[in-house]
Amino acid sequence: MSNQWVEVCHVDEIDEEDVIRFDHQQKTYAVYRSHNSEYFATDGLCTHEKIHLADGLVMDFVIECPKHNGRFDYRNGKALNAPACVNLKTYPVKVEGGRVLLDTQGTGA
Amino acid sequence: MSQNGAMVIVGAGHAGGRAALTLREAGYAGRIVLIGDEAHLPYERPPLSKALLKGESSLQACSLFSEASFIASGIEHLSGVRVLNIDPAKHRVALDSGVSLGYTKLLLATGGQSRRLDLGGRDFTNVHYLRTFDEAITLQERLQPGSRLLVVGGGFIGLEVASTARDKGCEVTVLEAGPRLAARALPERLSEALLTLHRRMGVSIHLSAQIERFHGADRVESVQLASGERLACDVLLVGIGMQPNLQLAQQAGLAIGSGIKVDSFLQTSAPDIFAAGDVCEFQRDDGQFHRQETWRNAEAQGRLAALNMLDQRQAFSTVPGFWSDHYEFGLQTVGTLAPNAQVIERELADAGFLLLYLDAQARLQGASGWGIGNSLAKDIKLCERLIESRLVLPLEQLPDTSVSLKALLRGAHV
Repeated sequence: MSNQWVEVCHVDEIDEEDVIRFDHQQKTYAVYRSHNSEYFATDGLCTHEKIHLADGLVMDFVIECPKHNGRFDYRNGKALNAPACVNLKTYPVKVEGGRVLLDTQGTGA
Repeated sequence: MSQNGAMVIVGAGHAGGRAALTLREAGYAGRIVLIGDEAHLPYERPPLSKALLKGESSLQACSLFSEASFIASGIEHLSGVRVLNIDPAKHRVALDSGVSLGYTKLLLATGGQSRRLDLGGRDFTNVHYLRTFDEAITLQERLQPGSRLLVVGGGFIGLEVASTARDKGCEVTVLEAGPRLAARALPERLSEALLTLHRRMGVSIHLSAQIERFHGADRVESVQLASGERLACDVLLVGIGMQPNLQLAQQAGLAIGSGIKVDSFLQTSAPDIFAAGDVCEFQRDDGQFHRQETWRNAEAQGRLAALNMLDQRQAFSTVPGFWSDHYEFGLQTVGTLAPNAQVIERELADAGFLLLYLDAQARLQGASGWGIGNSLAKDIKLCERLIESRLVLPLEQLPDTSVSLKALLRGAHV
């Protein structure tokens, strides 16, 4: 499938070591900026109970679900502890001209 | 003793289910028997009063297992079965199916049951309780647009059902015997926030309400208060707390307080018998015994008990916490809210707030707050880490929200 790059936001609209919610065509994504200002994206809802991950806490490369403490490595979507046991899908992200772009058709790490 | 026995778990709720799963995930390859009196595989209870009651969830969505993962796990689930007694000396449990089962380790995750309202010995068909999936489904069917719901008990169950029922277009009245809502678990500030919100959403709330009598033949048609007021209803929900299921432990001679007493490894006073979840009474750093009726506790203790059944000897140290959702708002608490603590408030967006509870050395002990949706979650998780860190915090900076809790956690103020 061909790439489908969509603009998420300006690079400064996500704080360092934080996450925002991004909705696009009936889908919700979580877009992350790490402490060293790398950008990543995953599905926006926790695989455990469909809660928006963007309300969760980012520490280093880990996002913690706001309700149930399920943790994921947002670089590769790996579920790190129960109750989360299904990995998150990830998406390629790139920065161009100060904008964060996400490939909705791409497969991440 | 009973070397050929199984890992036996009594109680197939959240804690029991999590324990069974953890045993398998931790590599235990032997026989695991999970015994429960409900017909269903273990499920999480928080959605019962919210998404499930609203008709926006399902048993499958609340379940700890998918059907496939359950089959793959090879765990034996005895549903609709009761344990009659435990023989700790012989390491055996007797089931009402007539079977006697040997165990190498036994976990009591027997949970509790809804405290019953005194109805003067009468049986009414429209009086509901909410603790199980089946009860949630029955209540869901009864709550129709325009139904008059009367809730007895202004605690979390009653108020979450009130919130869901308003969303479904019911008329809702809440009766609370005490002077404020959810007083056992919440600081006054949060009780007030709940009261204001529910009243704004059209719920009629009576505090310090005393029920004098129930009118009606086979259904409660109205409730008479000591104040003289008479409130008509179609559906009555009772949410006045729960009572832990202690009979088995009592009969087996285990140490009992307000729950089944355990040591820091969640082991009861009997060898090879553990307890977890709502029924488990454990000792915290402060030396006090606690029992917790929360999702978080069921999850953490179910998991830890399983690891200790495998002789991992891990001490229970999870910081307690809970959440509750009402309309578009959520409240969350973490740690201990001691009455003698110094309390500092941080104002948040959309009329939200976070109360920080500090000890005499300015270390965080607990936090409780209120906000739109899950907006509080990041701060509460940072508070949990601050509690664990035992960092001494700069009191004068705490009310200032331009100083982030993350910065404080990383010692940026030093």
